[in-house]
Amino acid sequence: MTTAGPLPVTVVGGYLGAGKTTLVNNLLRQANGRRLAVMVNEFGALPIDASLVEAADERIVSLTGGCVCCSYGEDLVSSLAMLSALEPRPDHVLLEASGVAFPGAVAGTVGLLAGFALDGAVVLADAETVRGRAGDRYLGSTVRRQLAEADLVLLNKCDLAGDAGAVEAWLGEAAPDARVVRAVRAQTPIDIVLGAWTGRAALPADGGPFDHTDGYATATLAPPAGAEPEALARILADPAHGLLRAKGFMRRPDGAMAAVQTVGNRRAISDAPANAPAGLVCIALEARTDFAALRKAVSDC
Amino acid sequence: MTATIYSAARIVTMNPARPHATHVAVREGRILGAGALDELAGWGDYRLDERFAGKVLMPGLVEGHSHVMEGSLWAYVYCGFFDRMDPEGKVWPGLDSIDAVVERLREAAGRLEDPAPPLAGWSLDAIYYGGRRVDRRDLDRVSAERPVGVLNASGHILNVNTKALELAGLLRTGVNHPGIPLGADGLPTGEMKGPDAMAPLGVHTGFDRDLLACDEPGLRRFARLCVRTGVTTAADLANLLPEDAVAMMLRVTGEPDYPARIVSLRRFYGLTPEALIDRALELRGRSRDRLRLGVIKVVADGSIQGFSARLRWPGYYNGAPEGLWYVPPEHLLEIYERALAAGLQVHTHTNGDEATDLALDCMEAALRKHPAPDHRFTLQHCQLADAAQFRRIRALGMCVNLFPNHHYYWGDQHYAVTVGPERAERMNACATALREGVPLAIHSDAPVTPLGPLFTAWCAVNRRTASGRTLGEQERIGVADALRTITLGAAWTLGLDGEVGSIETGKRADFAVLEDDPETVGGERLKDVRVWGTVQGGRIFPAADL
Repeated sequence: MTTAGPLPVTVVGGYLGAGKTTLVNNLLRQANGRRLAVMVNEFGALPIDASLVEAADERIVSLTGGCVCCSYGEDLVSSLAMLSALEPRPDHVLLEASGVAFPGAVAGTVGLLAGFALDGAVVLADAETVRGRAGDRYLGSTVRRQLAEADLVLLNKCDLAGDAGAVEAWLGEAAPDARVVRAVRAQTPIDIVLGAWTGRAALPADGGPFDHTDGYATATLAPPAGAEPEALARILADPAHGLLRAKGFMRRPDGAMAAVQTVGNRRAISDAPANAPAGLVCIALEARTDFAALRKAVSDC
Repeated sequence: MTATIYSAARIVTMNPARPHATHVAVREGRILGAGALDELAGWGDYRLDERFAGKVLMPGLVEGHSHVMEGSLWAYVYCGFFDRMDPEGKVWPGLDSIDAVVERLREAAGRLEDPAPPLAGWSLDAIYYGGRRVDRRDLDRVSAERPVGVLNASGHILNVNTKALELAGLLRTGVNHPGIPLGADGLPTGEMKGPDAMAPLGVHTGFDRDLLACDEPGLRRFARLCVRTGVTTAADLANLLPEDAVAMMLRVTGEPDYPARIVSLRRFYGLTPEALIDRALELRGRSRDRLRLGVIKVVADGSIQGFSARLRWPGYYNGAPEGLWYVPPEHLLEIYERALAAGLQVHTHTNGDEATDLALDCMEAALRKHPAPDHRFTLQHCQLADAAQFRRIRALGMCVNLFPNHHYYWGDQHYAVTVGPERAERMNACATALREGVPLAIHSDAPVTPLGPLFTAWCAVNRRTASGRTLGEQERIGVADALRTITLGAAWTLGLDGEVGSIETGKRADFAVLEDDPETVGGERLKDVRVWGTVQGGRIFPAADL
């Protein structure tokens, strides 16, 4: 499953100083066999830690663990095409948008490109400054729109904010369509930002929640026979269940396999190979998701 | 060394101490002096050249904001609504219907032998076709086999045919994107609106990044347009200047018969502010007479007709949402500070008045930290600035380069749709800028509008829209001010007013050679003044011989 199908692209947005570069470096350290391709807006001072760099040429920098980094400059489309032509092909593209870009617009372009699948838009917010920026005369509307277009908001620098809870409550209005997770120094499990990696060994078909790291929980669910992927995806993306991400395969009523993926409220269904293993991996903040209720909703689907 | 003394019907010098002359003496590519023959004879040996005896000489015109890309685009099919002269001097008639656009593209396709490569056109202006949108089926009549793409005059819309959609994988239902309208059949209509929607099609229709980089044939074509419009110095305002482009531009402009001086600015993109300053300093050291480098361009916001300019309250007349920042405010401030400290000049694109406010705030803060005399930081376009902003611009020692051509090409749309009647009438407020003492240039932004300072001057003098409306009587300027603005005014913003922009002792021998006298034809006819060619650095370039 690692090279077949469209190449997933996650857009990472947020204003200057929110922690985009720190997050990217953290993800590269956690890549653990996943070949990440990082696209950054500007080279100049390469925002990747020197300890991760193996070799560099004009367009592309090779990083440890089979990861690469390139700057896309004026030409996002041809840079993406170059990455997808690499041998071996990357498993996932992390597209770092510029500090004033709208993640929804970047995601919109990715969504149009044949051979690529938009995974979602993750927007970082600096818990200490985001409310001030959102009220700034010049920046306010830009920062607010970035948040409003997020599937997932990573509320960063929570250790520096006096009252992170209040910022999170404010985000409920500023980013009503996004799930919010908190972080310090942009430390977040890679599966939250990029989704579970289906290239890995299969998880148990049904079980959990387990893996209670840092307040996150993962569960695997067996999709009920005969369910419509669209109906199932709607449940997984329902804000009432509060799932951060869900990903996996299921059999359609006509017998063909479908890939189902949700990131917050965003859901995507695509065709999958006939030999894809049925099963869904769901990731949530443990305190927010009632897995028993979710399991029931899925089995009733 | 023998001087050459040219006689002329009249020489308009732009030197207030000696505004007119009958003769100009040239030696070593520079001006010994302008005056009467007996005055100039005192310089020693001379040869009298009377080829310009029936012509009018002006200082070589200075285009303060254009793009060498104008030359590159002429490799594609011109599809505009207005007549436009190409680099070879041929005037392509404007196309008054979609059928006419299709017909011209079809003729061009018929000249191509290989059926595979894309056919690209440019400068389509669908707003003039009675509300009917251009559809992919229109362009399918050009060719069903090859991809066809036509760039809109605003640069913000790309129309494509069915084949191009197919190659991009977008000939399908379920496309959900704000910039991609769908037809009744659920398939895209072929109109790709905005850079996000255009990007996936660019590579299939010939509008890839190579077009936007400076290419050698384009640079040569651009120079021919300069000669035909009387331009001897032109700013190439937003180049990324990669190393191979710099080498090529140095080589081509250094050829003995390259007829124009190009001032190529490094646009802030893909570098940190710190690295940008280093690169600009390095480039500055490589400047030659005909290729000036080391000036910085920053784009602060988008365009008014694309609704991406940042407007202050109350925003767009039609209620479109506020526009986009193209640079984070912190980066603009950092660039200003570092550039002032390094003695580099920065030109900033601000279309909307909120973007202008941001630039002024950054400039004020940067100057407090790094006071700098004569920095000549220039606001480019600055179309919506009001009187209070011009006073602030003056107080901060900045210059403006306004865009009066907009009144002709989009003035009616600005009045009716984008900013509404009141602001449309004060857009590009040349008279206010002059009254408030702001150093003023005016520009074409070619290829956005055609290169031609005399046309731009006509626009500033008349403020006439395509439909004939005079948009802002109070902001019209006089012919004398307009002529000064397209010579010394633009030269000032480029830091070249000591070298070019007037015909006086010591300056470069750069002349616009004209068949008519712009001072006496009257403001109404300024755009009709015929250009014979140019003299650049003492070298003679008749347009007829290009």
